[in-house]
Amino acid sequence: MNVVQHAADRFMRWAFSVDPATWPHAWIVYAGFILLAAVLAVGFVALFAGPVTWLERRVAGRIMSRIGPNRVGPQGVLQWLADGIKCFLKEDLVPEGADRTLFRIAPYFVFGGMFGAFVVLPFGVHLVAADLNVGLLYILAVTSLVVVGLLMAGWASNSKWALFGGVRSAAQLVSYEIPSAFSLMAVILFAGTMSMQGVVAAQGGWPWDWFLFRNPFLFAAFFLYFTAAIAEGNRTPFDLPEAESELVAGYNVEYSGMRYLFFMFAEWANLWIMSAVATVCFLGGWQIPGVSPAEVAAAEGLAFVGWQALSFLVFAAKASALILVVVQLRWTVPRLRIDQLMFTCWKYLVPLSFVCILGVLALMVVVREGGTVDMILRAALLIFGFWAVVEYARRIRRTYLADKALYERMEGKAMWYPPYRMP
Amino acid sequence: MTTSLAGAVVFYALAALAVAGAAWVAFARNIVHSAFALLATFFGVAGLYAFLSADLVAVIQLLVYVGGILILILFAVMLTSRISEVKVSNRSAGFGLGLLVLLGTIGVMAAVALRVPWGKAPPATPEPMAPGVGDALLGPYVLPFEVVSVLLLAALIGAVTLARGRKRIAASGTPGAAAPDPVPERKTKDEERKTPDGEVQP
Repeated sequence: MNVVQHAADRFMRWAFSVDPATWPHAWIVYAGFILLAAVLAVGFVALFAGPVTWLERRVAGRIMSRIGPNRVGPQGVLQWLADGIKCFLKEDLVPEGADRTLFRIAPYFVFGGMFGAFVVLPFGVHLVAADLNVGLLYILAVTSLVVVGLLMAGWASNSKWALFGGVRSAAQLVSYEIPSAFSLMAVILFAGTMSMQGVVAAQGGWPWDWFLFRNPFLFAAFFLYFTAAIAEGNRTPFDLPEAESELVAGYNVEYSGMRYLFFMFAEWANLWIMSAVATVCFLGGWQIPGVSPAEVAAAEGLAFVGWQALSFLVFAAKASALILVVVQLRWTVPRLRIDQLMFTCWKYLVPLSFVCILGVLALMVVVREGGTVDMILRAALLIFGFWAVVEYARRIRRTYLADKALYERMEGKAMWYPPYRMP
Repeated sequence: MTTSLAGAVVFYALAALAVAGAAWVAFARNIVHSAFALLATFFGVAGLYAFLSADLVAVIQLLVYVGGILILILFAVMLTSRISEVKVSNRSAGFGLGLLVLLGTIGVMAAVALRVPWGKAPPATPEPMAPGVGDALLGPYVLPFEVVSVLLLAALIGAVTLARGRKRIAASGTPGAAAPDPVPERKTKDEERKTPDGEVQP
């Protein structure tokens, strides 16, 4: 079902009391609603990208035993607004000798590629701009526009660093697209559909109904996808395209002001996209535990809005948890060398993703859904997953305590801030 | 009436995008611009597929052509040395020959367009085409499908052989490579990249 069209139909019946199927001017309302959906999605990207930069810098400060931005607003939460205004006011520089046209349009390609993926991301039960039945494939396809934009930026800048960064990132994205696509292929095979909403509907609200714990090979595919997606997002430990120590900042080194901001926007938007895709494909998407989708769809009026909001919150919570892990990874793992990067992709991730597909198919044939073996496998995976989460939290706590003890030894006084708060 | 008008507008806009992109590819003075202009063509064609409710083909068009072929072309263009000095990208074959090819193509396409009795089907509701394609590929067309994948495998092996072959032969001293190479042996890309600090040496 096309949600935007549905909403437009209802709007037309309510506002103009006409039948949208026969009304000659219906397409104007459709176009308006499509525009509205696009504006909402852009607004979401902007409102997500801003605060996440702040979050990332605060986590970075925390991990590096320094403070991070804490001046603008309480705890520095408005820092991203200050940064945004600063970038707005900066001069839009085009370097001497650059290819002016390509230099100017390159950020839009990067942003457009990222933004295109938002069309099919389901934020809630009905909160999706268009539920394409080739949704997952569409995400893989449209994000390849980013590569074109990065190459364009790198080439048009007429700078060695930018060109190196652009070519590196293109090589990296093209390579890592394969393991990420194949691990999503395992999900597609298991779910039997490529539609994002279809994949979500094939799962359930409780963790044991998530694809992550349904099949050991899907469990592996989740980690393969996560690794490959981090690499596709050019994030540490795979951030060679913008390796500060060697390439200054890579493809965006010559950019300033708003155009630079577009690259940054795309990078943060990608953070949300990768987490959202992982959530949809492996973590049950927006499914509310204990509530069936049919129940949500049957609700009317205020209850309907409430369920929508709740499903969005569930989805956002899962995606945010993943985002936090990615942000922490950035300051935990050192950057790979370019040969190690290619080595990891082609010699480990690609063969492993093939194994995942074959394994998922084999288990689908051999193990009966809901049988004893299936239940034992799922229980084992669930226990393992639970242990992994607990271990993750325990290690973070241990690091914090060690940090605290060190501070006490050095300064002679106790650390004055809890883990969630900073000076 | 209005829907058909809107449809016509969308169709001509997409077709114009594809044709304008192609014209830019052909007439741009800068070969990098040509390569980037291909993007417009690919998007126009993908849009046409989507407009014909061929969702799978449209997405595959984007995935393969934008994500694969275009990137490959851009790589090839950017890694070619002294590319910026080549200002004339398409004049070598001559204007006359090009015109001949153009007229021939137009003739064939016009003949097809005029001779085929085009039927007008009523607009149907778009249906997901992925299941049908999947069934066809693993059902009646499984043999061609497998043959094509074997062909691709052969191409892959060939590419690997071509990329690594020269050094192997030179090292094993086969007759074909008996003559000493006057050029000092260059490192392969892999070795080149394995500098201690991980920088790619230009």
